[in-house]
Amino acid sequence: MQDRMIARAKELLQNGTVNRVIGWKIGEFDYDITPAVFTTADELDKDFVYNTFAAANVSKYLVKETKKEGKVLVFIKPCDSYSLQQLIKEHRVNRDNVYIIGIENHGKTDIEKIKALGFTGISKITEGDTTLTVETIYGDKAEVNKADVMLDRCQSCKSKKIVIFDELIGENGDVVEDCNRFDMVAKLEAMTPDERFAFWQNELSRCIRCNACRNVCPACTCEKCVFDNDASGVAQKAAANSFEENMFHIIRAFHVAGRCTDCGECSRVCPQHIPLHLLNRKFIKDANELYGEYQAGEDMDSRPPLVSFTQDDCEPSIVYERGGNS
Amino acid sequence: MKKISLSKLDTLFDAISNAQSLYIPVDTDENVAEFKQYESGMTMTEKLNTTRSAKDFFFPQMENLYEVKMNGKKLELVDTREECEDFVVFGARACDVRSFGILDKVYLVDPVDSYYKNRREHGTVVAIACNRPEETCFCTAFGIDPANPAGDVDAWVDGDDMMLKANTDKGTALIDSIADILEDCDDSSADAVKDAITTMMPKLPLAKVDFASLRDDELLDLFKSEKWADLSATCIGCGTCTFVCPTCQCYDIREFDTGNGVKKFRCWDSCMYSDFTKMAHGNPRTSQLERFRQRFMHKLVYFPDNNNGEFGCVGCGRCLAKCPINMNIVKVAKALEVKA
Repeated sequence: MQDRMIARAKELLQNGTVNRVIGWKIGEFDYDITPAVFTTADELDKDFVYNTFAAANVSKYLVKETKKEGKVLVFIKPCDSYSLQQLIKEHRVNRDNVYIIGIENHGKTDIEKIKALGFTGISKITEGDTTLTVETIYGDKAEVNKADVMLDRCQSCKSKKIVIFDELIGENGDVVEDCNRFDMVAKLEAMTPDERFAFWQNELSRCIRCNACRNVCPACTCEKCVFDNDASGVAQKAAANSFEENMFHIIRAFHVAGRCTDCGECSRVCPQHIPLHLLNRKFIKDANELYGEYQAGEDMDSRPPLVSFTQDDCEPSIVYERGGNS
Repeated sequence: MKKISLSKLDTLFDAISNAQSLYIPVDTDENVAEFKQYESGMTMTEKLNTTRSAKDFFFPQMENLYEVKMNGKKLELVDTREECEDFVVFGARACDVRSFGILDKVYLVDPVDSYYKNRREHGTVVAIACNRPEETCFCTAFGIDPANPAGDVDAWVDGDDMMLKANTDKGTALIDSIADILEDCDDSSADAVKDAITTMMPKLPLAKVDFASLRDDELLDLFKSEKWADLSATCIGCGTCTFVCPTCQCYDIREFDTGNGVKKFRCWDSCMYSDFTKMAHGNPRTSQLERFRQRFMHKLVYFPDNNNGEFGCVGCGRCLAKCPINMNIVKVAKALEVKA
């Protein structure tokens, strides 16, 4: 895959279709590759990598990149393609200034899951078709199944379909019908309000307010976030109490409701392992149940449920009927 | 030197925590280790390091500075400072210990920060030598010795035993207070562990990053380097690196409106944030490039320039492990053509 991507990127640079490429740059280790912008064939040959650790959703970079001169090439995984199409639909990304190559993908690896298996001092990770061989500076060497160390979001992947592209490398896939991504939400819904409150208090108590979830989120593209704006009256760098801390995450979830494609970046980047995607999935599940099935980013035409009004819309009281006030 | 069997560690923790607050690193989630106040039954994490650093003990993420209360037309200024109670941090690492020294250089120089000083004076640090450093560790690049972590008390784990040795008066007082639980042992008892660590350290992949060569470069050449544009191009501007960093020391001062007064508090700030050091005239760093550059110039250039060459990084590797895009101080230093 990597070789084909580099070869195609070089062609598109050379024939002038694009003047730069967003991809991933080699790191200090096999797993710490960094999203980067490449402008020459030499740079691509030297530093471009694509492997099982290329998890970052690079679509948000296009908000800025497509405002610049010339066209930029971007490699998009299926989940990223939903984010990108949503951004184009919201007029945040200029479609004319991006050349999209969709890349087939079947899940990315979570290095923290490898470390959680007990590997310390990882010196080398070699990727096979279904396994990874992990070696350490202490002389350990073991094989792990890719499926066991996949990112959480990939384990409940909603779609292998690339929904927007100019060309593809690999095959396009299908929506995964039985992805079970709402299982945990259903478990939370089945809890008593006290249990649910305790669950979130425990999870959110670890928040250090680094804003990684917000800054990485492709749905969070406000030029100035309300929480960074002193004039808003709610700007905060530290929460006065746990209530405020919870509110930050809940407000954020409300704000991206109906626009969140469930790409899972928020949970992937959280240094404290807070399962933030569950808040978003709750909103997605609710919107599906109240307004009919809807997948943000799936197409360019549909009206998002929360910004369109129809006479068939559910009445707010339905929330109570569903047990919202118990 | 003293010794205790690892199986009796809970006895040791119980004894310490009977006399004062004790904090140990524990697993709070399968993948997150964090310092927590010890309660009977807790066990120390197997992880080398906590996700958050240990700086919280002396420089907490948020603390109140003072309060103003309104009584009719009168304002009452309330000094909220209280003498801190004695506490023990058990299980810091050599990098953490050095980070306290770096924070001292900021907060204990004139004008002394009384909030920080209060905590520092009352905290005793027990530091454990690192038997299994991670690939992300590079403390030795800053002259830190993980075989001799230089806490108030140093500890070494060898097989089923933990050896302890006091380095300071506070450390001696702690050891004396639990003397009846500890056994005496020869001062050479930890030598095998120390030797093993010392042998291991040069084999770490980042052991040879030579930050010192940056000191040969002109400040302005580094500041104006073309590399910053590429390095910062994909930075998402979050505060993860600064908030997991044991030496990041910048804070913001804010007010909380209580309805009939104001609570003045300070909280960690991040140079990655768009309103960092925003002043009446505006913001001196309006682009992410400038903010990104500030973080690394501070640690690698400005701080050593002002502190006899000591870098503002301890090589703990937290930013390497936690940055959402895997950008970090090692990559920056190497891009600025540090010999590696």
